[in-house]
Amino acid sequence: MSRLTLSALHRPLVLLGAAAALLLAGCERPPVQTTQQGFRGTAMQNTVNPRTAAAQQAALPPVPADAPAIPDGPGPKAKDIYQNVKVLGDLPVADFVRHMNAITQWIAPNEGCTYCHNPANLAEDSKYTKVVARRMIEMTRNINANWTPHVAQTGVTCYTCHRGQAVPPQVWFKAKEPKQNTQPMLGNDFGQNKAVGGVAWTSLPYDPYIHYLSGKENIRVYTAQPLPQKGTERAPIQTAEQTYALMMHFSQSLGQNCTFCHNSQAFSQWVPKKATAWHGIRMVREANNDYITPLTSAFPAERLGPTGDVAKVYCATCHQGVNKPLGGMQMAHLYPGLKGVAAQAAAPDAGASAPAAAATAKAGSAPAKTK
Amino acid sequence: MQYQNLFTRVQAVGPTHEGVELGPQNSARDIQPFLVHLFGRLGNAQVGPFYLGTLGLISLVTGTLSINIMGFYMLASVGWDPIEFVRQLPWLALEPPSPKYGLHFPPMNEGGWWMFASGLLLVSVLSWWLRTYRRARQLGMGTHIAWAFAAAIWLFLVLGLFRPLLMGSWSEGVPYGIFPHLDWTAAFSLRYGNLFYNPFHALSIVFLYGSTLLFAMHGATILAVTRYGGDREIDQIVDRGTASERAALFWRWTMGWNATMESIHRWAWWFAVLCPLAGGIGILLSGTVVDNWYLWAVKHGVAPSYPAVLGTVVDPATLQGVKP
Repeated sequence: MSRLTLSALHRPLVLLGAAAALLLAGCERPPVQTTQQGFRGTAMQNTVNPRTAAAQQAALPPVPADAPAIPDGPGPKAKDIYQNVKVLGDLPVADFVRHMNAITQWIAPNEGCTYCHNPANLAEDSKYTKVVARRMIEMTRNINANWTPHVAQTGVTCYTCHRGQAVPPQVWFKAKEPKQNTQPMLGNDFGQNKAVGGVAWTSLPYDPYIHYLSGKENIRVYTAQPLPQKGTERAPIQTAEQTYALMMHFSQSLGQNCTFCHNSQAFSQWVPKKATAWHGIRMVREANNDYITPLTSAFPAERLGPTGDVAKVYCATCHQGVNKPLGGMQMAHLYPGLKGVAAQAAAPDAGASAPAAAATAKAGSAPAKTK
Repeated sequence: MQYQNLFTRVQAVGPTHEGVELGPQNSARDIQPFLVHLFGRLGNAQVGPFYLGTLGLISLVTGTLSINIMGFYMLASVGWDPIEFVRQLPWLALEPPSPKYGLHFPPMNEGGWWMFASGLLLVSVLSWWLRTYRRARQLGMGTHIAWAFAAAIWLFLVLGLFRPLLMGSWSEGVPYGIFPHLDWTAAFSLRYGNLFYNPFHALSIVFLYGSTLLFAMHGATILAVTRYGGDREIDQIVDRGTASERAALFWRWTMGWNATMESIHRWAWWFAVLCPLAGGIGILLSGTVVDNWYLWAVKHGVAPSYPAVLGTVVDPATLQGVKP
């Protein structure tokens, strides 16, 4: 073989090699750690890239140091000393102040007490932030007491979502419908097919949240029977796309693949993490519908979204890219004021499943009551 | 030695070829043939003559109209902004009608344009098929190409016409768009309980991957024996030379058996044709005859019912005292 042929062969090969190397530039450096967490052959695994995880951990804002807990003593309660304490009144005075300081650090570390309080009269409800904060404490208590199937004993604090910011960094508003959607002739995007990061840059519907995290639509688009059943309502492909979009949000929020919660062979199969997510959807729905949306009129216009709705929560609000918010850090147990009272197990609309409610009733000493 | 290379090294240049005489039913050929050296690097250097004819004209006009409807609809969906059109082009789509319209004709901005674009595309594709059939006949060829094309049209018709009709809704059609049709495909598999348990889908994949394997084996074999005259493969169907014998012996040595210079082309044709044929059957059965392919596979002993190794978890919606 002549030298000419060799060099002629080399040139395209070198070019190909360079192109291949370029294509790899977007990849993460191996190795990744993979933990099996389901039956073999179902691809159920937890994949962690230790370098990415370390960078993610380093990027977290520092958690404010916790002041030591103050035991519940015989001393005066906050409601006996201060006026207009509607939610945290049963805390001992010193613990109440500790709670107030912690909340300031969690939500308005730069603005301080006056972000919510009128400095001339701390008891006054003149600032909307105080009204909202009170309701949010109630919401936190409800989550910690009644949603243990999702938050377990770790629970949540204000910091889980707020991370030192007055508005949690990851919230959602109802998407504004493009004007061509309502025009008679053409251009309707059917609420999808846009380059939007929220649904992982797919062309899936860009606002799936409104249907499932504030509306009550169900995700299960498949049927539980192998063959079509006459007379049963069956989901069109459009609904499947909508649920898929929501799942993209789940995946992004938790930094996980589909197989974190799903058996790759049969997505319909119930496995523990999928059930955890199921409860999470209901928890978020309740937070949005019973706690956050009713506050809409309390907020000033600049806090509202393009359609005038209030900022709502979704998975990313707490999770922020990791499967356990804040890496599963235990904070809530240090703050008895954020511990709620489990709803009666008998009340079906109380939000928690029966065993969950029983579990919290057992665990909770419930030092503070919600008024 | 020239044939050792993976890329074409030889380019024969000569007088352009006008083709065989055609009968009175044919219109005149268009465009005087000419040579393009770069084209010759990839295929034949001669461009033209073209044959447009009535069917070709119908096909081009309807096809162009259809593509234009899709394109202008996409442009309208980003508010007629050309920059956004280019930036978001892979995401944009012309979607089929909403499910609520069933088989009725929807308002124009709710899928009406999809109906028009689909109808025009159908006319375009079918007239192009007729054209491939008639041109082959006029040249005295067999109609193998037309029937292979028909296999692809079968899948196209299943996706856009037969299955929506059987499902009773045009909304079951596929959106026209780059990412949107892929997302549709993924959602389709999820909706019908994992398409990998659809045996016709499995067959379709066999023929798809099989086609690429056969293509690689055949292409490599012929290139490898071209120095012995193996490129005259058609002659060697009946007049085996040393190229044919060596190629056959190579495969008998390596895998014990070989196709022939003739049969390898039938293998390739059938594998290619069966890919969309089987796939189309699989799509047509989804939702009409089978609603959950995984459960169907479990029922027939194809798929396992996975043990709950992480503890038994029931559907939380069936628990007492939870919100639905």
